[in-house]
Amino acid sequence: MVRGPVRAAARLVHSGRRPLGAGIRLLRGSGATLAAAAGAAALLQAGLHARTARLAAQSPAAAVRATTAAPAGTASPAGPRASASPSRSPGPPPPEPVGEWRRAAGDYANTRFSELDEINASNVGSLVPVWTFSVGVLRGQEAAPLVIGSTMYVTTPYPNILYALDLAKPGGPPKWTYKPEPDAASQGVACCDVVNRGPVFADGKIIFNTLDVQTVAVDAATGREVWRTRLGSIQNGETMTMSPLVVKDRVLVGNSGGEMGVRGWLTALDLKTGRQVWRAYSTGPDQDVLIGPNFKPFYADERGKDLGVRTWPGTAWQRGGGNVWGWISYDPELDLIYYGTANPGPWNPHQRPGDNKWTSTVFARRPETGEAIWAYQFTPHDLHDYDAVNEMVLAEITWKGAPRKVILHPDRNGRLYVLDRATGEVLSAEPFVVVNSSTGVDLRTGRLQVAEDKVPQLNQVTRNICPVAAGGKDWQPSSYSPRTKLLYLPHQNLCMDEEATTANYIAGTPYVGMNVKMTPGPGDHRGEFTAWNPSEAKPAWKVNERFPVWSGALATAGDVVFYGTMEGWFKALDARSGKELWRFKTGSGIIGQPVTYRGPDGKQYVAVMSGVGGWAGSIVAGDLDARDSSAALGFVNAMRDLPQYTAKGGMLYVFALR
Amino acid sequence: MSSRSVSRRAAAALAAGALVALLGACEREARRFREVPPTVTGMAVVREVDLQPGNPIPVVTARSPYAENAYAVSQGKQLFQAYNCVGCHANGGGGMGPPLMDSEWIYGSAPENIVQTILGGRPNGMPSFGGKVPATQAWQLAAYVRSLSGLVRKDVAPGRSDHMQVRVQEQSLPEQRPRTSTVPPASERP
Repeated sequence: MVRGPVRAAARLVHSGRRPLGAGIRLLRGSGATLAAAAGAAALLQAGLHARTARLAAQSPAAAVRATTAAPAGTASPAGPRASASPSRSPGPPPPEPVGEWRRAAGDYANTRFSELDEINASNVGSLVPVWTFSVGVLRGQEAAPLVIGSTMYVTTPYPNILYALDLAKPGGPPKWTYKPEPDAASQGVACCDVVNRGPVFADGKIIFNTLDVQTVAVDAATGREVWRTRLGSIQNGETMTMSPLVVKDRVLVGNSGGEMGVRGWLTALDLKTGRQVWRAYSTGPDQDVLIGPNFKPFYADERGKDLGVRTWPGTAWQRGGGNVWGWISYDPELDLIYYGTANPGPWNPHQRPGDNKWTSTVFARRPETGEAIWAYQFTPHDLHDYDAVNEMVLAEITWKGAPRKVILHPDRNGRLYVLDRATGEVLSAEPFVVVNSSTGVDLRTGRLQVAEDKVPQLNQVTRNICPVAAGGKDWQPSSYSPRTKLLYLPHQNLCMDEEATTANYIAGTPYVGMNVKMTPGPGDHRGEFTAWNPSEAKPAWKVNERFPVWSGALATAGDVVFYGTMEGWFKALDARSGKELWRFKTGSGIIGQPVTYRGPDGKQYVAVMSGVGGWAGSIVAGDLDARDSSAALGFVNAMRDLPQYTAKGGMLYVFALR
Repeated sequence: MSSRSVSRRAAAALAAGALVALLGACEREARRFREVPPTVTGMAVVREVDLQPGNPIPVVTARSPYAENAYAVSQGKQLFQAYNCVGCHANGGGGMGPPLMDSEWIYGSAPENIVQTILGGRPNGMPSFGGKVPATQAWQLAAYVRSLSGLVRKDVAPGRSDHMQVRVQEQSLPEQRPRTSTVPPASERP
C-alpha cells in the first residue's frame, strides 16, 4: 500500500486540486517568510494589484492603504488572478506587506515570525515604551493587536470593544471605537475568564468574535458594522473566544464550551455577507463531521464509519465537547487548513467510555468545503482535559537528513508532535515538559501510551499527575524562527491531584465532574520558556519563570524572541542562546500575544497587551479565594501568591528603540 | 444567702440552660416533611442595600426555615454539587462565578437575597434557576451558601466531606462579616 507523502501527492493530483504553477507557489509556501524572495516578486505584485482593485471597489481608504503599503518601484500589470473568483482559486493568498500584522498569528503558518530586523540582538537593550493605551476593561488581555497600514486594531475581553488606533498621530489616539454589546449573561458561561484572542483583517474588514457567540465584521476604515452573524447560543453554554482566520473568502470560526457539555464545531462564513457556508462538528455522524470519501487518515484507529458516534456511549457525543477555540493554520500549497479540537466532556472519563472521537484531534480540511482530508487523535479517551487546540505551526525542517514539511504541535498532553503535513503521520512526540500521565506514543499505531497509575478514579484521589489539566502548554501560542530553526514555547510546569465525581448535565451549566488541585511541578518554578529543536526532538535551551508563561511568543529576523510574564515583565531574549537581553515591567501581568510592525514612520515597533487573567490569572482577574484549592478548576491552588505580584490591568504597550 | 438556695438557683439555671440547649438541638436535628417555605416573591421587600430615604425602617428579613438545621444545610451541600453550582463557584473559592466564602456580597447576604439570586438570576452571568430548583431546595442551598462564610452555627455546618480535601470543612470556616460590595461594572465580575 502506498504510504505517506507519496500517497498524499497522488491524491492531490488525482483530485485535480493542484494548480498550475505549483512550483512557484512552493516557494511561497511559508507565507510572509518567503514573500520577500526576489524571484517571486513579479507574481507577488500581480496579486497585490488584484487585491488593490478589489479593495478600491469597496473602500477608498482601504485601497489607499494597500497601495501605499506596496514596495516602491515594482509595479506590474494585474495578473490573470484579477478575474478569478477567489473561492475557486486554491492558489496562495495575496501577498502581504512585510511589517503589517493582519491576523493574531501573523502568518498562515502560525509562526509568529517577523522579517523585521531593525530591532536585533545587539540593540534590543535600548528598547523603550513609546506610548500606551488603556482599553478600559480589567479582565485577562489575551488579544493580539493587529496593524494594517497606519492603523492598529485591538479587541478587549467582554464586552469585546474594538479600538482602531491611529499610528500616524503621536500617541496612537483612537480613530473610532466599535462596541458590539454582547449579552452580559455570557460572562456566566465562559469557563476561564471572559477573554478574546483578537481580530483578523481581510477584504477591508476587521472580523472578530463576541463572547455571546456572534461573529462581527466591521469596516476597517470607518468602524461601521458590515455584517453580524449569530452562530450559537449561550443558553447551552456556548461562547466564542478564539481569533478567526480568513482563508480566501471563508471566515473560519469555532466555539468554546468544553466545560459546559457544548458540542464543538468549526464554521466557515462567507467573507462578503457573513452567511454560513459550512459547519464541521467535532463529534457525531460522519455527515456532521464532514467526513466523506476523500478522508484518508494515516492510522487505522481513525478509520471507520461514524466514529464520532460509535466511540461514545449512547448519545453522549451530543454534549461531548471537542470545541474549536484555538488556532487555525493554512497551507496554501496543499490547500489544507489545520486545527485541533478540545477536550471531551465531561472531564470525568468514566461517563464516556470509548475513544471519544473527534475530541483532542487535529483535522486537515479543505477550506472551501470543510471536507476532512485526514485526522489524528493526539489523546484518545482523554483523561485529564488535554485539549488539542494548541497551534499547528507549519514549518519546513530537516528530518533524518532530508527537508520535510511538517506541523509542529506542542500539545496539552506535554508532547511536542511533529506531523507530516500531507498525511498526518507522527514523526516524533517527545515531552517538552515533565510528563508522567503517558509513557510515549507508539509511532506504528500513533496511539498515546497512557500511564495506568495516573488514570483518575471515581471518588478516589489520584495524586501527582503531570502535566495538569491546563496541559504542559495551554493556548499561549509559540513562535517558530526559520532562521534559528527553533520553536519558542511559552508554557507551564505544573502537576495535579484529581478525583473524578459524577457530573450532571444541565444545559448551560458546567459539565466537568472532576475535583482538581494543581501544584508546582518539579523544580518549583511554575513556568518555562523553552526553545525546542524539532529536528533533534529536544530543547536547545530553557528559561525558568516563577509563574506559568501564559503570554504568546514572538520571534523576529533580528534574532530576538519576546514574551511576557504573569508578574508583568516583558522580556527579550537572544533567539540563539536564550540569554536575556532586555526587560520592562508593565502595569499588570502579561498574558497577551506580542506582535511587531513597521510604523508609518518606517521604524520597527513591538506591541503587547498587559492585563492579567485567563484561566491561570483568574485568581486576580476574578478576585478568587485561594483558601479553596479547587477554585478555577484547581488552578488557584498553584497561583495563590499571584496577587502579591500583580493586580488587574488592561493596557496596550508599544515599544521602539530609543 | 444560704448555700442551699444558691444550689437551688444553680440547678434552676442549669435546667433552663439544658432546656435551651435541648431546644436548639431539636432545631438542629429537626426533620420537617411537610413544609411550605416562605416565597421570596411574597415578601413585601427584599432589600439589597441598607441605605433608605427618610427614616430607616428596620430591615425585616424572612426567617430561613433552615438556618439552624443541620440536615437542611447538608442537603444544601449535596444540592450545591447536583445543580452544578460547584462548577462555577468551586467549593466556595469561585471560578467562572465569584467566590462565596469571602465577605463580599454583591447582591446581599440574607437568606432571602441568596434565594432571590438562585431563583431569579443576576444580570452579569448568574443564571435563573427559578422553575427548576424548588423553593425548599433554594432555601436549603441558601443556608449552605451562608455556611461557606461562617454565617450558620458551627454545629449546624457540615463537618466532613466525601471528596478530596480542597479546603477546611465548612464547620471550621471563619465567620466573614458580610459586606455589601458594589454591583460590578459588566466585565469586571459576573
